[in-house]
Amino acid sequence: MVRRIRALGLTLPLLAFLLAAFIIPVLLFLWQGVHDDTYARYMPHSTPVLEAWDGVSEPTEAMYEALQKDLVQARKDKTIGKVATRVNRESPGGRSLFTSTARKAARLEAPYKQAMIDLKPAWGRLETWQALRVAAARYTPAYLATSVDLKYRGDGSIRRQEEKRRIHLTLFWRTIEISALVTIFCLLLGYPVAYLLSNLPARRSNLLLILVLLPFWTSILVRTTAWIAILQGNGVLNDLFVAFGVIGDDNRFSMVYNRTGTLVAMTHILLPFMILPLYAVMRTIPKAYVQAAHSLGANGWVAFWRVYFPQTLAGVGAGVVLVFILATGYYITPALVGGQDGQMISNLIDFHMRRSLNWPLAAAMGFVLLVLVMFLYWLYDRVSGIDRMRLG
Amino acid sequence: MVAADAKPCLRFWEGRMRSFAFFLAAGTWFAATDALAGDLTVVSWGGPYTKSQVEAYHKPWMARTGHRILSEDYSGGLSEIKSQVLAGNVTWDVVDIEAAEGLLGCDEGFLEEIDPSILPPAPDGTPAEQDFLEGAISPCMIGQVVASMVFAYDRERLSPGPTTIHDFFDLEKFPGRRGMRRSPKAALEMALVADGVLPDQVYAVLATPEGVDRAFARLDSIKEQVVWWEASSHAPQLLADGEVVMSTAYNGRIFDASALEGRSLAIVWDAQVLEIGHWAIVKGAQNLDLALDFIAFASKPENMAVQSSWISYAPVRHTAAGMIGFHHSNPELDMRPHMPTWPDNLKTVIWQDVEFWADYLDELNERFNAWLAEG
Repeated sequence: MVRRIRALGLTLPLLAFLLAAFIIPVLLFLWQGVHDDTYARYMPHSTPVLEAWDGVSEPTEAMYEALQKDLVQARKDKTIGKVATRVNRESPGGRSLFTSTARKAARLEAPYKQAMIDLKPAWGRLETWQALRVAAARYTPAYLATSVDLKYRGDGSIRRQEEKRRIHLTLFWRTIEISALVTIFCLLLGYPVAYLLSNLPARRSNLLLILVLLPFWTSILVRTTAWIAILQGNGVLNDLFVAFGVIGDDNRFSMVYNRTGTLVAMTHILLPFMILPLYAVMRTIPKAYVQAAHSLGANGWVAFWRVYFPQTLAGVGAGVVLVFILATGYYITPALVGGQDGQMISNLIDFHMRRSLNWPLAAAMGFVLLVLVMFLYWLYDRVSGIDRMRLG
Repeated sequence: MVAADAKPCLRFWEGRMRSFAFFLAAGTWFAATDALAGDLTVVSWGGPYTKSQVEAYHKPWMARTGHRILSEDYSGGLSEIKSQVLAGNVTWDVVDIEAAEGLLGCDEGFLEEIDPSILPPAPDGTPAEQDFLEGAISPCMIGQVVASMVFAYDRERLSPGPTTIHDFFDLEKFPGRRGMRRSPKAALEMALVADGVLPDQVYAVLATPEGVDRAFARLDSIKEQVVWWEASSHAPQLLADGEVVMSTAYNGRIFDASALEGRSLAIVWDAQVLEIGHWAIVKGAQNLDLALDFIAFASKPENMAVQSSWISYAPVRHTAAGMIGFHHSNPELDMRPHMPTWPDNLKTVIWQDVEFWADYLDELNERFNAWLAEG
């Protein structure tokens, strides 16, 4: 018992570190994806009125009055910009509708309904109020709905996003597709290399291992940029093709700023994550097994497929899971060499984090990605068993 | 009743926000230890643009005040500013910001309000407010330069070259790939003008759903051939590598690559989209007084004119525009015809509508991203 506590004590620093630097921040961030009280906090009068409203009937004078009161106060407190930004996410153009109405709100007189509609006709539209109702809710499925191409509407219904705005499902699917392809390429390229590594005499295999590790130690940015230099229209590879007469000078291959570029660069970058676990497992496999298979009459292929390969499965599993999961989160490489059809879901998350500042939507998309990866991991576990996976 | 029950919820959230901010702070902590008290951190876009600011503003200001300026690069947007403000650990002071982002940042309370009375009057005594271009002074932002999104081509590869925005969208007349900034900004405006909309009606058309459809339909016609760039240095690079035959770009970058690096790049000014680059101060900046002093110093017309001798962006002050002369290192290179505001270049011009973009940026970005992802 004491010993167990002592052992636990040793892992405590790591646990505390993980909790503080990883788990809590991730949870807090995910929390943002469903909880947004910007509107409710700064618009205390109209929030309860909007919550009580059914979302379909004609907005009443009382609703206009509450809103007017809030607008006057929010302008005085200089919080109107935050509210306007929140509303703009639900109703494009809502930002200037809010800020410009707030500027004049103090001078409006009852009946407010007529006064506000006279000021801006948009106040007479049901959609404007439905957008407000969505913005006023503290707990909202709106962001999660958006991240799977659904639209949560002010009357409480959820429909499919209109066709021109559907993007997320396409990107989630593409992320899986690209990750799967990269994983397959890594396996096809990495397996023979790992085999060679584990069967060469130590000195030569060490040299070869350095060749695998050198790029691994180089920054992702450098490696990605190098691929641009190699693959671009006037790049090394195309120049070689032209020089050898494979293609004409004016119809060079487009190998970068598209999906090909993403696949090539990501495969190269993730290759060590496949080779290293494979190598670690292969090194422990005694040569005697394959020799025994041969002496019992198996030809090369049978000996490999029935005797050698099954023993490497643990390494294959580790490499596949490692490469696939890392690939689903990639965004720098696709951003640089992906063009338009090589972008993945992480690029959109990055966009909402850095550009549109729509952190709640980024959080919701991150959550969906997390669930997706967990699901695939679970599926993998059901099919081949995680406990059979070995990293070395 | 509801207000009473909103309160604990509010406190709950604030607690969360504060702890979230703490983790953000942990991330920025290392960056923060670099700056000493009294050092002003000025953040801009890097490359020849930052260089022009360093020469025109940083160096003389440092010599005058004895304070050091730490110059940092960023790639636009509000994310770093938002993180720093939320974390309560503001390491940036002055930021060079795009107008629409600055407006949103001001709305959301991430930027300090700047009293325009700090701005020095013109040499002839004209008050600053009348000397600045219209819209160049707003509650949180002080205008600095007029930059322009134009399109450019390589004269050596394309002769005769394109002359209008119609040529940019005409794949039959000028086959080959096009470089464009990965953003609906400027792209939609240019597409509409290429589709026959008059430059001064672009935003009225773009505010309607049909107008947006029309712009995207025009972009659709060249989509297959577009290479999208993000960092502004990438555009002249794409042209120089021959990766594209034409590319949209900031005019200063093209000027730098052609006049200084000797590349044969030429600018087409038709349907250029003009925007104003602004100074802003991050909310809670540690060196607020120094930041204000720096912005006032950089807003002197004579200093603005110096910047325009380093890069082909025009000052936002009328008096400064009148002082533009020759390139700092090449006394034969008249900078005036290279300015986006030079009369010959102003024939068909779109002044970026900041309010429009502040309103529709999210929506159009969403549409733009979805359109890109259609593949």
